[in-house]
Order: sequence, then C-alpha cells, then structure tokens
Amino acid sequence: MREVKKSVPKKDAYGLIRGKPVYTDDIAPKDALVVKVLRSPHAFARIKDIDVSEALAMDGVEIVLTYKDVPRKPITRAGQGYPEPSPYDKFILDEYVRYVGDEVAAVAAEDERTAEEALKKIKVEYEILEPVLDFEKAEENPSVIHPEDDIFPQFDIGFDPKRNIAASYEMEIGDVDKILEECEKDPDCVVLKERFYTQAQAHVMLEPHASFAYVDMHGRLVIVSSTQTPFHVRRQISMVLGIPIKNIRVIKPRIGGGFGGKQALHGEMIVALVAWRTKKPAKLVYTRKEVFESTYTRHPSRFDVTLAATKDGKLKAIAYDVLWDTGAYGEHALTTLMVAGSKTLPMYNKVEGVRFRGKVVYTNHTPAGAYRGYGAIQANFALESAMDMLAEKLGMDPIELRLKNIIREGETSPIFKIMGEGREGAEMIIKSCKLEEAIKRGAEVIDWKNKFGKKEKNGNKVRGVGMAIAMQGSGIANIDMGSAIIKLNDDGSFNLLVGATDLGTGSDTILAQIAAEVLGVSTDDIIVYSSDTDLTPFDTGAYASSTTYVSGNAVKRAAEKMRKLIIEEGAKKLGLSPEEVEFDGKVIRAKDGSKEVTLKELATVRYYTEDQKQLVADGSFVGPESPPPYAATFVEVEVDTQTGKVDVLKYVSILDIGTPINPNLARIQAEGGAVQGIGMALYEDVKYSSSGRLLTNNLMYYKIPSRLDVPEMHIEFLESYEPTGPFGAKSVAEIGIDTPPAAIANAVYDALGVRIKDLPITPEKVFFAMKK
Amino acid sequence: MKIKVKINGEWKEWEIDPSDYLLDVLRREGYLSVKRGCDTGTCGTCTVLVDGFPALSCSILAATMDGHEITTAEGIADEMEDYMKALAAEGADQCGFCSPGLMVMVYALKKEIENGKVEKNEEAVKRYLIGNLCRCSGYLGQQRAIFKFLGVK
Repeated sequence: MREVKKSVPKKDAYGLIRGKPVYTDDIAPKDALVVKVLRSPHAFARIKDIDVSEALAMDGVEIVLTYKDVPRKPITRAGQGYPEPSPYDKFILDEYVRYVGDEVAAVAAEDERTAEEALKKIKVEYEILEPVLDFEKAEENPSVIHPEDDIFPQFDIGFDPKRNIAASYEMEIGDVDKILEECEKDPDCVVLKERFYTQAQAHVMLEPHASFAYVDMHGRLVIVSSTQTPFHVRRQISMVLGIPIKNIRVIKPRIGGGFGGKQALHGEMIVALVAWRTKKPAKLVYTRKEVFESTYTRHPSRFDVTLAATKDGKLKAIAYDVLWDTGAYGEHALTTLMVAGSKTLPMYNKVEGVRFRGKVVYTNHTPAGAYRGYGAIQANFALESAMDMLAEKLGMDPIELRLKNIIREGETSPIFKIMGEGREGAEMIIKSCKLEEAIKRGAEVIDWKNKFGKKEKNGNKVRGVGMAIAMQGSGIANIDMGSAIIKLNDDGSFNLLVGATDLGTGSDTILAQIAAEVLGVSTDDIIVYSSDTDLTPFDTGAYASSTTYVSGNAVKRAAEKMRKLIIEEGAKKLGLSPEEVEFDGKVIRAKDGSKEVTLKELATVRYYTEDQKQLVADGSFVGPESPPPYAATFVEVEVDTQTGKVDVLKYVSILDIGTPINPNLARIQAEGGAVQGIGMALYEDVKYSSSGRLLTNNLMYYKIPSRLDVPEMHIEFLESYEPTGPFGAKSVAEIGIDTPPAAIANAVYDALGVRIKDLPITPEKVFFAMKK
Repeated sequence: MKIKVKINGEWKEWEIDPSDYLLDVLRREGYLSVKRGCDTGTCGTCTVLVDGFPALSCSILAATMDGHEITTAEGIADEMEDYMKALAAEGADQCGFCSPGLMVMVYALKKEIENGKVEKNEEAVKRYLIGNLCRCSGYLGQQRAIFKFLGVK
C-alpha cells in the first residue's frame, strides 16, 4: 500500500495553523444581523405573558421572535438517520421553558450591543413550576416536564412523557432470573450486584456553536453551520420551517471540533427563521456560557450491574438495569441507552443469560445528547469496574477473568442482531478481533506481573495498576450511509466530492488517501470538497465512528469505478480492449508494451479534442454490519493518601482499529480520546445549584485537562485487518475514550483497596472512602 | 475614539468604542486568526503579542493599545514555517481552532528561550503553554511537534 498506512499531513493543516478565516463566524457576511437569544432563568416555567414591544421599537432591532411568532411544529434536534429514534418533543420556541438556559425569545439586530440591549427590554412574566432536578425521582414525579399533547415519537421507543419517560428499552436472552437464582444456591457460583453512577460531561470543543443564514438570489435559504450533520440539518429545517428541501442549502465550513456536541440543531432553527423572514443575512454565535448551559452534555446514568460466574471464572449471566437522564429533551435518549448495551455486552459473549432493562427520564437540566462514546463509556465504567470486583471475589487475576470470557475472531454475539441503535441491529461474525493480544501486550508494557496487587508505597503516596477493555462500532449498521463522487480534471488530477463531515479529525485527508490508493495516484492529486448539500452527495454525517468505514468504503467504490473508466477510455484511445491495457496511476499502457498514453494526455483530449466527455464516477455504501474496534487499557496511578488526589503516571492503550489509514491521525484520535476519558474519570463534572442553575458554566469552573494533566502515554495499534473495511480499516474516533474511567477506578482500588463507584473520582471521594 | 497601533509591522489608525475589547476590534479589522473560545480568558485561542509579549486579546481594552505594537498569527506565519511543518507532520493541528493562538505562544516561547528567560526543557515548555487549551489532540501530538521545533530533548 502506497498512500494508505501513511502519515500524510492533513490537507487543511497549513491553512488552519496560520489562522486562515475558515470557520463559520470568520466567513459570515459583515452586514449579517446579529441574533441573540433570551434564555430562561428558571429550571421549569410557563410563559404567562411576554411583551417585546420595547425591544422591537429600538433602533437597529430588525425582528423579535417568541413562541407566538414561530410555527408550532414538534421536532427532534438530534442529527440522526430518518425517521429518528428520538422523540419529537422540541419546538423552535415554546410557551414552556424546561431548563435554565432554554430559549425564551430571539432578537436580531444590526449589531451585537443592540441585540443584547434589546434582550434586556423583553418583559416576561413566568409561572414558575416545580422542577424535576433529581433523575432518580423523575419517573413518578407530580411535575410533568412535557405536558403538551402534540409531541410524539416516530415509532415505538417506549415514550411515556406523562411519566417523564423519554424512552425505554428491555431485552433478555435466556432466563436471567433463573440463572441468578440457581447461582446463588450453588456453592460453585458467585453473584455480584453493584450500583454505579456516571456524571454529565461537557464536550468543550473549542469553537462554540455557530451558524449563519441568508436567502440567495434564487430565493433559496442557505445555512452555513458548524454542524456534524449537514444533510440532517437540511431535512430538519425543511420540516420545521415548511421550506422544501430543494430550497435549502446547508454548508459546513471548517469546524472547531464536535465530539457529538454538534450532532444536532442548535442555533440553526432560529437563524434560518430570522433570515427567511427578514430576507437579510443573520448569524448566531454561541457564547461559551451558552455552549455549557444550552447545548448538550453526556447523559448522566445510574447503572446496576449483576454478574454471575462459576468459581473458575466462567461468566454465566450479565444483567443491566439502567436509569438515564436526558435532561429537558429526549435527543439521542434511546440510542445512547441502547449503545450502553450493544457496545459492551458482546465483549463477554459466552454467557448463558443477558438482560438489559433501561429507562431514560426527563429532568429540568441541560439536555443530554450525543457525546463521543455515546452510552458505551457509562456502561464500560460499570461493567469493567464490576468485572474487577468479581475477579477479586473469585480470587482471580482480573486479566485471567477477562481472557476466559472475551469475544474472539470468528465468534459472534446475539446482541449484535437484537440491539441496534433505536432499532434491531445486524447479525455479525467477528472477522477481526485482536482483543486477547491487546490485553496480553498491555499487561507486558505496564509490567502487570510485577505491579498488580503490590501497593507500592512511597511516603504518603501509594501506587496501583488497573485495566479495562472496550469495544465500539464502525458506523450504524444498515442506517449510516456515505457516498462519493470522483471526477477527473484535464490535468489528470481528481476532485473528490463527499458529503462526509470533517470535524477536524482529518477525514477529508483520509478519504483522499483511500481514493489515491485505489487510483494509484498521490494523495496530493486528490482535491477534496466536502459537506455541502448542493454540491456533494449524501452522507448521514460524522458520528458513530462512521467516516473511515462507511464514507471510506463509498470513496473506495467510487475510485474503483473511476479506475475502470480510465482503463476503458485509455484502451479506446490506444485502439485496444480494456483487458489488453494496464494503468499504474500515471500511464495507461498496452500490456505488451507496444503503446501508451499518459493519464494527463488522455484527460486533455477527452475534454478538448477527442470523444469529449466528463469522466465521473460515484459510489455509495451502507454497512451491513458495524465491525467493532477494540482496546485494552492499563494505567498506573499514584494516590496521595493525605489528600486523596489521584495522578495517572502511565497510560497504556493497545488498540485494534483495523488498518490505520493515517497512523498519525489515528494516534491523535486515540490520545485525544484517552485524555477526554481521563478528564471524565477524575474531575470533569457538570454541577447544578439546588434550583437547577448550571454552576459549571465556564472554563474556570468546568475543568478540562490541561497539558500538565496528561500522563506518559503508550498508544499501540496491533496489526489487524478488517475484510469489510476500506483497506482493512475499522474506526478509531470513539474507542479511545471508553476505558479510562474503569481502568483508573480499578487502579485506585489496587492502590488503596477503596472502590469509587460514582464518577468523577475526585480527591474528596477517595479521601472520605479511605477514612471509612 | 481613535487609536494608532502597529499591527503586524504596519501602523494603522482604528476608530473604536472605548468599551471595545482588543479581540473584537482585531476580528472586525480582519485579523480573523484571533478566535473567541470562551468568555473568561481561559482558553488561549485569542492570544496575540503586545509589544512582543503574549496577551489575551479578549481581556484587554482596545483603548489601552494606542501606540503599541500588536502581532497576530497572520504576522508570524511566514517565520514559523518550520513549526507549521512539525505540527502538520504530527497531524496535531486537528480542528485548528486553537492552532493560531498556540503558534503565537510558541513564537514567544522560542524568543524567551533564546533570551535565557525560560529553560529549554519539557516541563518548562509545558508550563509556558499551559494556558492554551486543546480538546482534540490530548496535547501529546502538539508537544511532539513543539519539542522537535524548539530542539527540546
């Protein structure tokens, strides 16, 4: 392979580093109206009266929107395949406000100051309602967060809003109660029941959400947005504003990170409506406070895990009872819940019984949504902590327990078919799985044999090691779709047009590498244009670790067609049949060496002189399955017994991602994911006041890892080849984030004998647990 | 009010409001490498040089800049070719939103090391750059590039 498995720099690298104006706010028209949103100061209230007359009368104020001025059309903001598995429970603006930060009204003015002044002049009288702030008390709460009757799901998702339930899901394989009952009586069996909690986490992509819109010369609505899902945005805006899809164009320019936080509509509905009504360009750039308060968090969870195993370490049953907090709206509610099962349970595929029972409840908190890991990280913390607790009960090394029970190449799990994302999944025989090798290699690198259980002390500091394993997916089987168009230029270079959405990961570059590999040309000869609903073919977007696998396979198909076309046209030019010629990326030549034509010559004549035609090819791909990448992560921690502070000294993660198309970019995904996971494990915490106000609404109170918090890191990709992936690739975007919470919790236990079961593992929790 | 500033080597006169922050004025005047990533002077994406030293343009009133010299990423990019190459070679530019601010900071750090004000070792480099947050890379790729560029062993 020449162009894949090669660390070429990102195509946009130099432009980005030197600070070219390429993000949404950089390219917004200078005369765009500035849109600002009045947000609810109350966790739950009904707008009794709203008077915007003073704001509207101000010089420079163009339009003010309240719920009375917008179409009342329920929608889900979640950017998911249609029909979406999220309830249609959100309105552009509503009479009810359901969390501190929910939209009350929007103002568009000629400049920012005027817009801000105008917000202050809007008079709102609220009927304050009793909020639901404890998700464990949501279900039978007398306060109903969504009392309205015109909201609905697209299909059965266990939606029961009158009981504050956004979605629910249950499944069972075997008779789990019976296995547990028998196990409890059997002296050769053990049963472990434990409860875990995970917190909300904020994405903190460095570019705040931004969008602008205008009406073009044809009267069409153009939206430029920092979104992960331009094609979903087009469909959603069409639906909610009643503008035909053909009259909407959505463009994603360069965007400053997403991590799932931009897999939804945020400012687009309002900015589009302002532009549509006023026929003037309008922009809405969120403040960091708005990003924290009024976009998304990770779903907080309560996780009850029951494990049953024989004394020799054979797992017999796994049961999850899950409570999930979706906040004020049910976006990604069912799907993140199901991923908690579908991306953890198959790891231990030899059990007799599996049960998953989960409910997603509404609360009056900032809505939860998609966030890297997407449910799997919550479940991974619970399951992989519980596995260590089980190992201890069995008197067995945690590595040995895992090796006895993990999934291997050539095997399957019934979960793949039963649990998809909001729907049934897809059957799959695992064709690439180096999980066992990853565990063994990780143990070697961290020196498990000499470190586990040793509690190495140095003054007030104690060291410990811990591990966890994980799997993810590569796109959503049978749902995520990518497509690509390749056209040949008259100098022999190619345009690659993809709907796929590069969030900064480098996917534009990776897709170009795949095309270049097929065509036998240099990646430099592939010019990529992506994420523009008018000019690029359909793609569901960048989420679910899908781009390399799903969009990559589409690009590969398109490039193969182009290659065939070049051979056909080249043969015709040489007066031969396609079977008689070969193409090496530069020259089409007769196999007998008698004659040849360069690609450039062929391209030039096809456009200017002979048999003129555009050479163009397309390709589409939907994964019939979603091959999992795997990780085995080992950490060494040092805990200060006087303060309870946990430092990660060494972080070792061995990954099976299939072929890394661009090893450096894959490494950065793994490292970046690990650091976000370490943040979640140790200190990132979304906190609310007793009245439901977000306390951690800026970067001083919400702490993300700084460069001094990053441990020594050993990331290693095992040789692995996924036959269904482009050149053997699977995915790498999410797998890196899943393991840190459990691995660190297990290491803290190894050091101190203290088990922290609720994240984050703060010094206070460790300290007080030690004192017990 | 009017201020005169030397921006990226060229004197300019700008009409500003006394309450304008430098970040907003710079963006309005077309220096769009300067980003707003937070509201609390915490993220480092708005970093510029004022009279050669790094400063957070979101926290400085433009009115105080009269007669001063300001340098943005646009003004140093050509000098930082080797740094850009090193960062791109690691794939550590990622979404790029923090990149211009970080480049300004690395430029200042290089000068500080040359002047003997900052030690040339990994710990000192990390401490100098701690105010430039990144959420994509996990910092390690950036650091591989920065250490290479600065010759930190």
